[in-house]
Amino acid sequence: MTRPALPLRLTVLVAILAVALVALPFVAKAYGSTYAITLATRLVIYALVAVSLDLILGYGGLVSFGHAAYFGLGGYVVAILAFHHADGSSVLGLPGTNEALITWPLAMLVSAFAALVIGALSLRTSGAYFIMITLAFAQMLFYVFVALKYYGGDDGLAMARRSLLAGNRITDPQTFYYICLTLLAVAAYVVHRLTRSRFGMVLSGAKASERRLAALGFPILRYRLVAFVIAGAIAGLAGALFADLARFVSPDMMAWTKSGEFMVMVILGGLASVVGPIIGAAAFILVESSISGWTEHWQLVFGPVVVLIALFAPNGLWGWIKGRSGP
Amino acid sequence: MSALELSGLAKRFGALRATDNLSLSVEENELRAIIGPNGAGKTTLISQIIGELRPDRGTISLFGRDITDWPVPRRALAGLARSFQITQLCAGFSAIDNVALAVQARQGHSFRFWKDARRDPALTEPALAAVEQVGLGARAETLVENLSHGEKRQLELAIALAMKPRVLLLDEPMAGMGHEESQRIVALLSGLKGKVTILLIEHDMDAVFSLADQISVLVTGTIICTGTAQVIRTDPAVRTAYLGEAH
Repeated sequence: MTRPALPLRLTVLVAILAVALVALPFVAKAYGSTYAITLATRLVIYALVAVSLDLILGYGGLVSFGHAAYFGLGGYVVAILAFHHADGSSVLGLPGTNEALITWPLAMLVSAFAALVIGALSLRTSGAYFIMITLAFAQMLFYVFVALKYYGGDDGLAMARRSLLAGNRITDPQTFYYICLTLLAVAAYVVHRLTRSRFGMVLSGAKASERRLAALGFPILRYRLVAFVIAGAIAGLAGALFADLARFVSPDMMAWTKSGEFMVMVILGGLASVVGPIIGAAAFILVESSISGWTEHWQLVFGPVVVLIALFAPNGLWGWIKGRSGP
Repeated sequence: MSALELSGLAKRFGALRATDNLSLSVEENELRAIIGPNGAGKTTLISQIIGELRPDRGTISLFGRDITDWPVPRRALAGLARSFQITQLCAGFSAIDNVALAVQARQGHSFRFWKDARRDPALTEPALAAVEQVGLGARAETLVENLSHGEKRQLELAIALAMKPRVLLLDEPMAGMGHEESQRIVALLSGLKGKVTILLIEHDMDAVFSLADQISVLVTGTIICTGTAQVIRTDPAVRTAYLGEAH
């Protein structure tokens, strides 16, 4: 009844990947590079978004083109609360705060709620309409934040300091990196369990045959909506982390191009796996940063790379690796 | 009380009357066959019973409850199961996984997020039993896309059985099967006879005549005649409308 476990070579590969992620700050420190550690943190945060998007895109088969909305909302929750904390004012009758133990869960909650509303309306459609409606909702939020001059509008909103975590200021970039990495590991494990549970069977069953699942007695919309909300919450957490990393948020975080980048990461890495999106995010960030080192028009190079991968590794990088290491 | 009762059912597609003031009553634990020439409206009828199509007029009741406005999943949970004429299986899932989903549907909601469903004996054991019941035991772990046409049809039936239905709608379960496979299904259905209400749509006349308690003949969207195999064989209206001169 059980599926065969991953072949040994793949297990080793995943282990190497995990060790590399854990060891990275030490290497960066040896070279005295804070740029590398910031880059690695960004990679881990994007991987978190990619893992969340894969739950609906890969496992659920729902092409949501608005995932950046939840990422951006999460970021704004942290930045807005920090902004009000700094000038002692209140927001919606509540005082601001820069305590991550409050702002990060709140970011998840706000993003989850947005996903609930957007999902409840968009999941009634399918195919191209679903893609367009999720895109439209994300663009609406984008323009709301562009118009919010009080919070910087187009220019974004900077945070004077990084959040406190249980009262401690996280100034050390290494510590912050490990916090992000831990959260990625937890989220990846949660998604891994989720996709193999009864809930996950319904979610991927509905992707394979909606008619069959309805005929079996599953109200599919409800299951998809729950997946949507979970994915939104994780993306919101990633947005919160990103706000604290950059100490800056802007509407660009929820731009449609950002949603597109997240989709590229998931598809590049391999749909419907937990390792795939992490590899995809890593590949995306590393290629982007290395090419943009010598040309501003890095997408000119990256575009063809994506085309080549789509042609020669239709199941993404992870699918390609798995295919090469035997059945 | 009838297990399944259709009254005054009508469904039009433009000028075509796919279902035309159709009434039908199937008793509990009866095996009723529906035969009719191609285009008589058999699949349209099944789609309305299962809830994928809404009738323009008329009512459908299941054990006395009016289910005409119920959505598909609710009907399924009330005990209505179907097999698809064109198999609808979950690709990427093994045969047993497909059946396990049916078992899962019967065990309350599936908002269970942690335990590995493929290692849950509450799902795997009944699923394996249903797979073995249709003779696919050896192929349980095979991905459905690698099953033969006949095996897919057998799996359709295993899924329907795993739903433990009160009323089973079978849309040409033997279409495209080899003789041996058909024989197995006929044997299986005669074993189910008297234990569950079955509405069988089938072209294989030998199977229909040997299995059915009663046969209803559907022509241009309406039932023209209902009776035992003996009655149907000899009814002159049926002979002209359906069995034709060749029979």
